Amino acid sequence: MLAWTIYLSFLGAGALTLLPKENARAARWVALAVAGAGAVVALVGAAAYPAGSGLVTVVRQSWVPALGIEYYLAVDGISLTLVVLTGLAAVSGILFSWNVDQRPKEFFAFYLTLIGGVYGVFLSFDLFLLFVFYEIAIIPKYFLIAIWGSTRKEYGAMKLALYSFVGSALVLIGVVAAFIVARTHTGVASFDLEALAAVPFPVQFQCWAFPLVFIGFAILAGLWPFHTWAPTGHVAAPTAASMLLAGVVMKLGAYGALRVAMVLFPAGLHFWQREVALLAVIGIVYGALVALVQKDFKFVIGYSSVSHMGFVLLGLATLNEIGVSGAVLQMFSHGIIAGLLFGVVGRMVYDRTHTRELSQLELMNLSRGLPFAAVTFVVAGVASMGLPGFSGFVAELQVLIGAWGAFPGFALGAGLGILLGVAYLLRTLQRAFFADAPVSSRLPKAAPAEFEPISMPERIGAVLLVGATLAVGLYPRLLLDLIVPSVVPLVQGLQKGAL
Amino acid sequence: MSTVDYLELLKLAAPETIVVAAAVAVLFVDLVIMRDEPMRHRLLIGGAVTGLGCLVALLWLAKVPVHAAVLGGVLVVDPLTQWVKGIVLVLTLCTAALSLHAKFTEHVGEYFTLVLLATCGMMFLVSSDDLLTIFVSLELTSLCLYILTAFSKRDRSSAEAGLKYFLFGGMAAAFTLYGLSLVYGLAGTTNLRAAAAALAGQGLTPLLAVALIMVVIGFGFKVAAVPFHLWAPDAYQGAPTPAAALIASGSKVASFFVLAKVLMLGFAGVEGSGAWRQFSAGWAPLLATLAVVSMLLGNLAALAQRRVKRLLAYSAIAHAGYLLLGLLALANSDGRPEALAALVYYLATYGLTTVGAFGVLGVLERVNGSDRLEDFIGLSRRAPGLALCLVVFLLSLAGIPPLAGFFGKFYVFTAVVGAEPARLGLLWLVALAIALSAVSLYYYLQVLKRAYVVAPVAGADRIVLTWEDRLAVGGLALAVVLLGVFPSLLLSPLGAAIQVAGY
Amino acid sequence: MNGFPWITVLTLTPLVGGMVVLGLGERRQRWARPVALGASLTALLVAGVMWSTFDPGTAAVQWVERYPWVPTLAVEYFVGVDGLGLLMVALTALIVPMALLASGQVRERVPLYFALLLFLQAGLFGTFTALNFFHWFLFWELSLVPAFFLIKFWGGPQRGSAATQFFIYTMVGSVAMLLSFLALFLATGKFDFLEWAELRRAGDWGAALSARLGWSSLSPEALSGLVFLGVFLGLAVKVPVMPLHTWLPATYAEAPTPVTMVLTGLMSKMGVYGFLRLLVPLFPEQLRCWLIPLLWLAVLTIVASAAAAFAQRDLKRMLAYSSINHLGYCLLGIFAALRLSEGVLRPELERAAALNGVYLQMFNHGLTAATLFCCLGFLEQRAGGLRGLEDFGGLRKVAPVFCGLMGIAVFASLGLPGLNGFVGEFLVFKGAFALVPWATALAALGLLITAVFLLTLLQKVFHGPLNPKWARLPDLDAAERLLLLPAVALMFALGINPQLVIRMTNETVLGLIRQLEP
Repeated sequence: MLAWTIYLSFLGAGALTLLPKENARAARWVALAVAGAGAVVALVGAAAYPAGSGLVTVVRQSWVPALGIEYYLAVDGISLTLVVLTGLAAVSGILFSWNVDQRPKEFFAFYLTLIGGVYGVFLSFDLFLLFVFYEIAIIPKYFLIAIWGSTRKEYGAMKLALYSFVGSALVLIGVVAAFIVARTHTGVASFDLEALAAVPFPVQFQCWAFPLVFIGFAILAGLWPFHTWAPTGHVAAPTAASMLLAGVVMKLGAYGALRVAMVLFPAGLHFWQREVALLAVIGIVYGALVALVQKDFKFVIGYSSVSHMGFVLLGLATLNEIGVSGAVLQMFSHGIIAGLLFGVVGRMVYDRTHTRELSQLELMNLSRGLPFAAVTFVVAGVASMGLPGFSGFVAELQVLIGAWGAFPGFALGAGLGILLGVAYLLRTLQRAFFADAPVSSRLPKAAPAEFEPISMPERIGAVLLVGATLAVGLYPRLLLDLIVPSVVPLVQGLQKGAL
Repeated sequence: MSTVDYLELLKLAAPETIVVAAAVAVLFVDLVIMRDEPMRHRLLIGGAVTGLGCLVALLWLAKVPVHAAVLGGVLVVDPLTQWVKGIVLVLTLCTAALSLHAKFTEHVGEYFTLVLLATCGMMFLVSSDDLLTIFVSLELTSLCLYILTAFSKRDRSSAEAGLKYFLFGGMAAAFTLYGLSLVYGLAGTTNLRAAAAALAGQGLTPLLAVALIMVVIGFGFKVAAVPFHLWAPDAYQGAPTPAAALIASGSKVASFFVLAKVLMLGFAGVEGSGAWRQFSAGWAPLLATLAVVSMLLGNLAALAQRRVKRLLAYSAIAHAGYLLLGLLALANSDGRPEALAALVYYLATYGLTTVGAFGVLGVLERVNGSDRLEDFIGLSRRAPGLALCLVVFLLSLAGIPPLAGFFGKFYVFTAVVGAEPARLGLLWLVALAIALSAVSLYYYLQVLKRAYVVAPVAGADRIVLTWEDRLAVGGLALAVVLLGVFPSLLLSPLGAAIQVAGY
Repeated sequence: MNGFPWITVLTLTPLVGGMVVLGLGERRQRWARPVALGASLTALLVAGVMWSTFDPGTAAVQWVERYPWVPTLAVEYFVGVDGLGLLMVALTALIVPMALLASGQVRERVPLYFALLLFLQAGLFGTFTALNFFHWFLFWELSLVPAFFLIKFWGGPQRGSAATQFFIYTMVGSVAMLLSFLALFLATGKFDFLEWAELRRAGDWGAALSARLGWSSLSPEALSGLVFLGVFLGLAVKVPVMPLHTWLPATYAEAPTPVTMVLTGLMSKMGVYGFLRLLVPLFPEQLRCWLIPLLWLAVLTIVASAAAAFAQRDLKRMLAYSSINHLGYCLLGIFAALRLSEGVLRPELERAAALNGVYLQMFNHGLTAATLFCCLGFLEQRAGGLRGLEDFGGLRKVAPVFCGLMGIAVFASLGLPGLNGFVGEFLVFKGAFALVPWATALAALGLLITAVFLLTLLQKVFHGPLNPKWARLPDLDAAERLLLLPAVALMFALGINPQLVIRMTNETVLGLIRQLEP
């Protein structure tokens, strides 16, 4: 049934292109219906998944027999978590782009195509299929940013597309090489991820194949120093696209790094473990430091994404159960929180004030003018700081515990990153929403009526995401019961393979 | 020499015969019957006859499977050649469909005749295992294409392109002939397999090396590999668009296929190796070098182009590089069936995609009168369907799944790496190719950016498409998508054919 | 084990109340204060029920509620109170209604203000009752957020930087603490305070830490010392221990008065509470190892802050420093009780005295300091924002009731016998002097300076010639009297009968001392 998340999205995209003329209303509702149906399917699928039952096949049939390629969709707890995330992010993204009236048909068609690709990656258990979906997601991103974006949109879009494509090129090299080595070794042509994971690749091979594939995927996850696409891309993107970019597309990279690079090449991971962790920690600290000095509201959030994704990568590099499950939870958590932050910045604030310069927002007294936006941003910001009670805390806590166990020095760095996170979020919060009106301007207070009020779709979207992060923060078992039983055997496999 | 059963020969060569008959028919119909009709009718009827010829030949290919070689390899008909011929015919059919709005000529009959004759040459080329027929059919094809390139008689650049193409082509022919004659001199036979058998065990003698280099140079001109590519941008630019499409697609398919045969069969035993740090002399390292420079130069030069036809020309050079990689995979006899299947799949899908891209270009050229990048601005508003097809073609060329171009590349790369599975010696070539295809996305996106992102200037009205355009371009786009999503549609029969053909 | 969930009800009452107040919206804002007050009085009632039914005869935690929460991380919802927790709960339940009552001046975003105060109360209740690190930390951090916004929105002219400074300081400490506790979790696989304390008695953390942390270059002792330092940092910022105090004066001075009441009365107690609940039971060896420097820090905190208070010209800042000074006594008592005592007669008795003194002092200081800031708030509000030491004079004549009540509070703060402050400080000094005479003697200097500056305050503000500006200064109205009178009554009650509190805490103190025995 979960396969319908993919089909629905693509069918929806197709249906949108067939819609008559530029009927924005119809396009929106169709997109919302499709994304909503996808989210419902994802949630029902997650609820119906018996906890701890390992890998459950959704669809499996031969596709290209000549190369042993199969159309093989399956889920375990990790992928289900991310599928649910995608569903939530997709629905709220559409709610936050309710006001798109420039070429709405195409906008939502690209949007749904992207969503379909993302679902596909999370559900694929055939390496080739996974790669196909991974690349399908690239082009819609480009168009979404280049057409509907702002601030150097064409540059940002092209940079994102090329980075993604270079990343997938690295992955492709690794995939082809791994396939050939495995085929030579076993005599069977197969792209089945499980089968490939069982192949004992020569250690020497793993030592160079792992960084290749890992970096290829991690580029999309914002691994320092390959992160530079992220801030420009996020900033240039329209709200819904930046929500998706930070919310789920960056997760594609992390997911691929876990599911492909790490699982296939555990010895390689073992060999490069410290270096990976080092880059992750640098990313955490660097992202936070840069976010601290940004002048553009959205750049702050963009760099914060780099910093938070560093936690995911650090968690993955710990190679212990608690760290890896923390990383997976952090993927979910950051997806929700970043989506929320971008929603506030892009839709609630920018669409109304038409500026993102903190120095100009300071003058607008936004906590009065847009109280709902202010409250939402406070909640999202607090969640993003990793304060307890929100999903970010549980996730970062686990990552930190894992990091303490694996490399204590880096755990200190990550702790520093949390602190810096508090600092830049406070700074932004203060300047964007709660700056005192400057004494010099004797103008009457900016009247709240100046801004169009926060619309119902925005409210629903914000509540949806806040609810998700709170629910997971207060009752992490919701997801941990899904994640942990899948992570445990995976990590055990990794540790065994590393020896 | 055995006696020839002409009836049998006719049966084996029936598709070619049908094409020739169609060429005569189109000439006759146009010059005799349709002489005074309006251009539109003449084009329609000419195109219809051409298409009919191709269709009948295709049907024959599909319905009458044969497997035989006559006259010691002068004409070899096996399932694989039948498939390649089929592909060539389909490409010709599409070219014909794109020609229905030609404004570059009044000589409709001659035009279609030349197209059909070129096709006939290509078909013979595919079918020959013999040096002599290879050369003759190569010349037949080439001569027709020279004329087609210069067919737009009112256009100076067309004439210039024709001349350039002709001069380069003539030189290439000389090289080829010289190389082939050396082979004949060394082996004493014109049959490829026999020549290889005769030369077996000698290794790469200096004379054979010269022959090899000459042959590769000659074919290098044909397939526009660097450094023998200089004619290509000008020819693509100057030739009438349908002619350029044919040069870029059908001719390329046939040339690559025959080059594969010549190297694989005729120079068996002197493959050498292009593996990393394990070079050994032979045609494999030669091809590796050509492939590397072609990919590099093609992709990098394409970045700087402002005219889409030239851009496609450089992209074609880059693709020639990828295809040369595919040829390289043939050097190892273990993975040969796979490599051959990959090569033919790539050729077929590349041909379809290129014809499609030229089709879109043709429509735009008709409306705007030129092919500058700026002319693509606002295409998605002016003709959404056409823009979508352009997306499909260009992204397929860039190698984005789920389009055919992606799978083609993937399969070729797998085959190349699989040709040296033990030490992954050829991975460096594949890595380079993959990296450069990442570069290629940039220039394809430059076109798509204009089509989708840049706002159209006011007053740019919708482009009206005729049903032929819709059918041809739409059908090609659909084929590219379908072959990408279900590669087995082509791969399974190809695999079977290769097995039967016994490579 | 899980009877009626008193503690959960206690924590949820202000939380739900806060939600309701928030839901009122700006249009029904006049209902905000009554509803908030209702919620906090309900909480007071619940606390009262707990106080009266508390079994003082045992050191064990009572009203335990325990449910699994995140099994993979050994996280449970585990709450309960012993004497210490009960005392803090009672203090919180008392002070917050006072703060709400003193908030009549709030005009802007009224519902939000009261909601935040109630959230803050919920956070405090949660912190003082949690026995599992996970939700303890949750409440510990969450109480920060309302405090931050309360300062940020309703504070004085420098509120922006004050709020940020406050938040950043505390976060730095929190992260250090978090990292340390994560290390403990790695070593033990537990997040449970009581189990940690049990485990610690079985042996030091060092070995387990170095086995699990893989930080091979450090010896086990150094490692557990590092972990200890992290926790210490987190708590010391909150108390604050000098020299980590620099956030405090600005914050207290800029925060609106009712918030300062909560900050000084309750949030600073979070730090001391953390010392007693976590640092002392979990790291006695480390504390002992660093005892001399720590005692010096305590002395520094006491003396230097008193001296700083003496130098202040702003009344609010003066009281802020005085707060630091009073909490220094708590530290002195705690550190003294840790001293391994050769040659001291009946050391456990002295320890009991010192620690009971600490408990009492926490409660007393909470009450007294909150009352003082409350009075200062009334004064400031009447004087139109002026609060300099030199701005007033002779107020005794125009506002006798106010001066009388505030005078009592000042004397309580100063430690006049018969008032609550005296007993606590006396017990601390009595115990500490026997255990660490030199430090106590030095600390007594602080008492002296405190007396000097508080008397200066009395003299400059209440006595002397009447500043003609304030000739028409109104005295306290009925509502304000109603607010201050119970507090002052409680000061007398505790001063005369300290058993009221000590009865509740004594067993807990003895339990703690038993834990400390090597």
